[in-house]
Order: sequence, then C-alpha cells, then structure tokens
Amino acid sequence: MQNGNTNKIWELLNTVPDPEIPAISVVELGVIRNVIFQENSFIISITPTYSGCPAVKAFQDDIKICLKENGIENFELKIVYSPAWTTDWMAEETKEKLRKYGISPPSEKAICPQCNSKSTTLVSEFGATACKSFHKCNDCLEPFEHFKCI
Amino acid sequence: MNLLNYTLRIADSSLISAQRLSEWCSKGPTLEEDIALSNISLDLFGQANGFLEYASEIDGSKSADDFAFKRNEREFYNLKITEQENGHFGDTIARLFFCSAFNFLFYTELSKSKDETLSALAAKSLKEVKYHLKHSKSWMIRLGDGTEESKLKIQESLNSIWQFTGEFFEMDKIDIEISDSGIGVNNTSLKEEWNKIVNDTLDQAKLTRPEDMYMQTGSKKGLHTECLGHLLSEMQYLPRAYPDAKW
Ligand SMILES: [Zn+2]
Repeated sequence: MQNGNTNKIWELLNTVPDPEIPAISVVELGVIRNVIFQENSFIISITPTYSGCPAVKAFQDDIKICLKENGIENFELKIVYSPAWTTDWMAEETKEKLRKYGISPPSEKAICPQCNSKSTTLVSEFGATACKSFHKCNDCLEPFEHFKCI
Repeated sequence: MNLLNYTLRIADSSLISAQRLSEWCSKGPTLEEDIALSNISLDLFGQANGFLEYASEIDGSKSADDFAFKRNEREFYNLKITEQENGHFGDTIARLFFCSAFNFLFYTELSKSKDETLSALAAKSLKEVKYHLKHSKSWMIRLGDGTEESKLKIQESLNSIWQFTGEFFEMDKIDIEISDSGIGVNNTSLKEEWNKIVNDTLDQAKLTRPEDMYMQTGSKKGLHTECLGHLLSEMQYLPRAYPDAKW
C-alpha cells in the first residue's frame, strides 16, 4: 500500500497517453479532475470529454494498468459530470503538442496545423471522433482535423 | 418514485434516438455524413447512459443495463418521435432537427435543476446537443433550398413527422410535480422558443410549416407506435438470448 502522496499519482497519470491522441496525456487532456487520499485509498475523479466518448473506458483501463504496474493497488476511479469538460482547460503547451501532432488545437477559427494558414474550409462538423471537426486548408490544400471548442 | 420515472423518460428518449440513428452507421449517403450521424448517435448513447446510471441509483436494485435491456415496450417512456424509422436521409434529418431543437431548449432549462445530478448531466448534454442542432439545421436549409427534388422530399418528411412534435410540450401529473419542485422542466414553456427556431429555419430553407393537425400522444404512459417493438427486438437481442453474457 502507498502512503497518501497524491503528487506521485499525478506524475504517473501524466504518463498515461490519451488512447486516441497519444501525443498528449490524460492529465493534459484535462479529464483528470481531482486526486484525493481518503481512508487509505486514492480517489481519482475523471470527467468524460463527450458523454459517449469510447476513449473514456479505454483510458480508465490504461490508468488501472499503469498504477498497478507501479505497485499502487489502493485506488478507486470515479466518474464526475460537473463541471462539464471544456477545451478551456487545455494549456498552451498542450495545444502546441496537438499542432505538432497534426491536429489544429481548439480556437475560434481552425488554423492549418501544416502551414499555419487561417484560410481554411469546414468539410464536416464531425471528424473521426466527436471531439474533432474536419477541415481543408485553402493554401496548402491539406485536409486536417480541428479540436472543437466546447 | 416519480423522480425515477422522470429520469427514465429523459434516458429513454436519448437511448431510442441513439439506437435508431446508429442504423445509419456504414450506410450514410457520404463518408462524412456517415461519421456525423454515428457520432451524434454515440453522444446520445453516452447521454442515455448517464441518465440510466442515475435511474439505477434512484431505484437501488436495477442496473443501467437492466433498464436498457430488460424492460418491455410498454415500460419505455421515450417520445414517439424518437422511435420513428429512419426512412430516407431527409426523413432522418427532419426528425433529428425537431428533436435537437427541443433537446437544446430542454437541457438549457434542466441545467438549472435543483437536482445536482440532473443539472450536471443536462449541462454536459447541452454542449453536445448544440452541435446536433447546428448540423441538422444546416442540412434542413441545404435540402430545402437545394434542388427541386430535395425540396419536395424534405417537405414531405416534415409533413409526415410533424404529428409527433406535439408530445415535446405535454405536461402530465409527474411533469407538473417534478417541475413545480424545481427539479424538472416546464415543457409547455419551451414551445414559443421551439417555434422560433423551427420557423426561422424553415424560412431560411424556403420550406412551409405544416398546418396544425392531430398530434400523437401516449408515450408518457408507455404507449408506442409499432416501430418501437422492432427496434427493441434488435437492441435487446443479445442480452436476452444470452442473459449473463459479459463483454
Ligand atoms: Zn495549410
């Protein structure tokens, strides 16, 4: 059993990648809302990005595996809905990681992650996952996904 | 007990809408639209899951899956519009548009509920429903203000689904009780705003608002059209054929 060092838990969680966008961790995505130590157990509060996001189940499993591999057994995952997840929680560095990965980060207007052009066209409100929309760059002509602001 | 019933009504409308829309998966008219409808369906499944988990918590003995898979037709409280068949793409868009416009207004109000769980689930759902409305509205306009044929077809879709829109604004004893206690929504009060969204969209789409007609009713008592039974037999097949099957 581990003592109540929640910093250690945050550190470990920060090594768990988002299953769909492995360039960023679940902590950077903003879905880990809280970690507390209570009655000899770590309570980790998670909020879904989208209600039906299939990644939620996947990263819960990944978190369990990561913590267990690091000798932590006394924890509990809890789903919370309030406050609802928002892209506003995403740090600037995280946005930069997304851009380098080829995804236009959340912003008013979708900017091409390849050439930084602001002249882009919306192809579809829904990309490969609910959290992204699909666009085309009018300058370099590359198609790309944009992380929607919600 | 009424809070359970109230929560199930919301959950069931999401669940049945989701199941119906999921039938488009791999059959969409274009790849983008296939993905869009599947994503909307997934949002609705997720919302249904949240409300069913809450129903399970209120009930204390049944699980969310029990509610989804082990109830019969007469024990479902989804609005009749949600169970209607997909028809052609225009039929689906008309249904989705009317439902999304209502959901948008309904969740806006429910997010102010005194019940913390309902308000949290509503605030979450609202963010997603905004996109559903935006998407279906843009298709209404594109089809209505499109070719002669698309205009003809979407107008027919509107006319035939219209009879199911009256149920959105009904208030029965349970609705009144839950709404008066500050937990639920006064559906009747949403009608004016809903009409505004609909009229504005139909104007832009150059479509005609259907005349007032006989409105379908009964889902709050578990009465449904024949579409629901067929949908449930598909949705519930696996857990009923293999009762304790695990993923
Ligand atoms: Zn570009």
